[in-house]
Amino acid sequence: MALLEVRDLHVRVEDREILHGLDLTVNAGEVHAIMGPNGSGKSTLSHVIAGKPGYEVTDGQILFKGEDLLAMEPDERAAKGVFLAFQYPVEIPGVATMNFLRTALNAQRKARGEDEYSTPDFLKKVREVAKSLNIPQDMLKRGVNVGFSGGEKKRNEVLQMALFEPSLCILDEMDSGLDIDALRIAADGVNALRSPDRAMVVITHYQRLLNYIVPDFVHVMSRGRVVKSGDKQLALELEASGYAQFEDAA
Amino acid sequence: MNLVLAKTDTERAVSNVFATARDRLPGAGEVAEARRRAFEAYERAGLPHRRIEEWKYTDLRALMREVAPLAGRPDAAAITRAKAALELVAVDGAAKLVLVDGVFVPELSGIAELGAGISVRTLREILENGANDARSDLLLTSTTDAVISLNTAMVTDGVVISVADGTALSRPIQIVHVATASSASAFTRSHVKLGKAARATFIESFVAAEGASAYQANDAVILWVGDGAELSHLRVVADAADAVNISSGIVTVGAKAKLNLFNMTRGGAVSRYQVFITLAGEGSDLSVNGINLLKDKQHGDTTLVVDHAVPHCTSRENFRAVVDDRGHSVFQGRIIVRPDAQKTDGKMMTRALLLSDEAEADNKPELEIFADDVTCGHGATSGALDESLLFYLRARGLCEKDAQALLIQAFLGEAIEEIADESLREFVMAQAERWLEVRR
Repeated sequence: MALLEVRDLHVRVEDREILHGLDLTVNAGEVHAIMGPNGSGKSTLSHVIAGKPGYEVTDGQILFKGEDLLAMEPDERAAKGVFLAFQYPVEIPGVATMNFLRTALNAQRKARGEDEYSTPDFLKKVREVAKSLNIPQDMLKRGVNVGFSGGEKKRNEVLQMALFEPSLCILDEMDSGLDIDALRIAADGVNALRSPDRAMVVITHYQRLLNYIVPDFVHVMSRGRVVKSGDKQLALELEASGYAQFEDAA
Repeated sequence: MNLVLAKTDTERAVSNVFATARDRLPGAGEVAEARRRAFEAYERAGLPHRRIEEWKYTDLRALMREVAPLAGRPDAAAITRAKAALELVAVDGAAKLVLVDGVFVPELSGIAELGAGISVRTLREILENGANDARSDLLLTSTTDAVISLNTAMVTDGVVISVADGTALSRPIQIVHVATASSASAFTRSHVKLGKAARATFIESFVAAEGASAYQANDAVILWVGDGAELSHLRVVADAADAVNISSGIVTVGAKAKLNLFNMTRGGAVSRYQVFITLAGEGSDLSVNGINLLKDKQHGDTTLVVDHAVPHCTSRENFRAVVDDRGHSVFQGRIIVRPDAQKTDGKMMTRALLLSDEAEADNKPELEIFADDVTCGHGATSGALDESLLFYLRARGLCEKDAQALLIQAFLGEAIEEIADESLREFVMAQAERWLEVRR
């Protein structure tokens, strides 16, 4: 059984159809890159998988581990192992990062019928992960993402990914707003999480990110559909020839 | 139209309530005369209504409907019920002074716990037996506010506290008002006077005994913070869901003093806390903050007047309201800077969070500045919870109510963190969490 199976997905936002019958199959252990021009529906796909309000699925289905993902609340999806790393992680003043991490982790564990983490175990785990991502301790005491730089926000997303141990990670434009050093740290963090039980969907505009997170499969999206799939060579070809050919094809 | 002649049923009821209660009100002679004058003043104004600017959003003629008769003296059974209710607003280590249905109850109170340097007497005792000058002082107020006049006319009891110069109280003083009688009213007044360089924490709480409903509380607190003194003052209104609570504070702050005041309203059908603060000595710091937690059809009003009468004082006001269902929150804050009050530094912020489409918040900040070398500012916002923050939290595994609760706590935290005393801060956060718990 595939980990994620998107079948003939049609999605509307207000009166406009954004996805027009999208198919995507992702198996455990695989890394998929989704590339495409602005407005091709990449972010819409990631939002619909995570359960963001405001999108209407008019046809098709999404199965996650064989279950109907679209029937679940966003928090149920998280507890089942879906993780969306946000393109623009929000700032939440007044909610300390540590408190947020513990509340979220324990909410997921509780939903799965697992024991909540004890405080010492939790702290140990957070400190280990934070250290590997070069996240200073005082950042964890601040409000969630408040006053964080772009790079720090993305590292905070990777920190959560490491902490929550999801089986499907969707990275939405993780490279946007990052310089090369920040990108390398974040990508190293993501690569450390690659495992046979876990799949990743890397949404990106540019081939650059894929030098750091090397995909098994590359899909090109245009006008709400996957128009071409291939291996990492496809990303290099796109870098050379651009998206225009697919715009015409679609 | 002659408003004096156009009396409502409510006002006629008040007249009757005063007439029938008169013989039971403590104090004769000058005191009785002061009451009579106060009642006349009240009758001239009538119950505050929407055409009186200060009461525009809290029309008592519409909201109170009828004035309940004065509550009787609590019997042994009532005192037992009151005792059980004290737990709901218990603050660790506080020495309690308990007023049940407007009557001081020594057996529930811990005056002896307060130690040296403090004197506590009941208002009733002074009105009945005190020297003339002491008695007339107690009923004097310079305000023309009708509900305070009514309080003067009808007050049955309260506590009169004096903290000696240089005394630092080792434990908080807590006045707890407990209502046990239903469809009855209680009128209380307390005086708290901090001597020079004294330090104290003063809490006032309102709570209902089990089964008490539809009662009305009218309370007044007169506070003096002496030169160089520091006072933390916390109020917690946790009345029954159908109760009315109209409370007034009259505060005078001396020189180089600090006052940290926090008002929390989480109960009552109709509540208003109106506080008039005069900064009367130079170099003082004032911090006035509060939260209103309102749901169902609750109406909660905080009205604040800060009068910078002298130069070189700082005032900070930070208020938050969380309003659910058809709740209605009102915040009115006026900062007056007198012509002589140069170098005044005043800032006021009020924000309301509306959790339902029918929730309402009225924020009215006002600055009246007559000096030219001051720093003053105010701000007001109202809005719903941020959908993008909610989705972020839900995408991380928090259910809708938990995600909301976390954001509401953070919102309230912006005001709660202004409470200087850490244990009081934790107490207020716990009370807020209890409110959120019920919401879930």
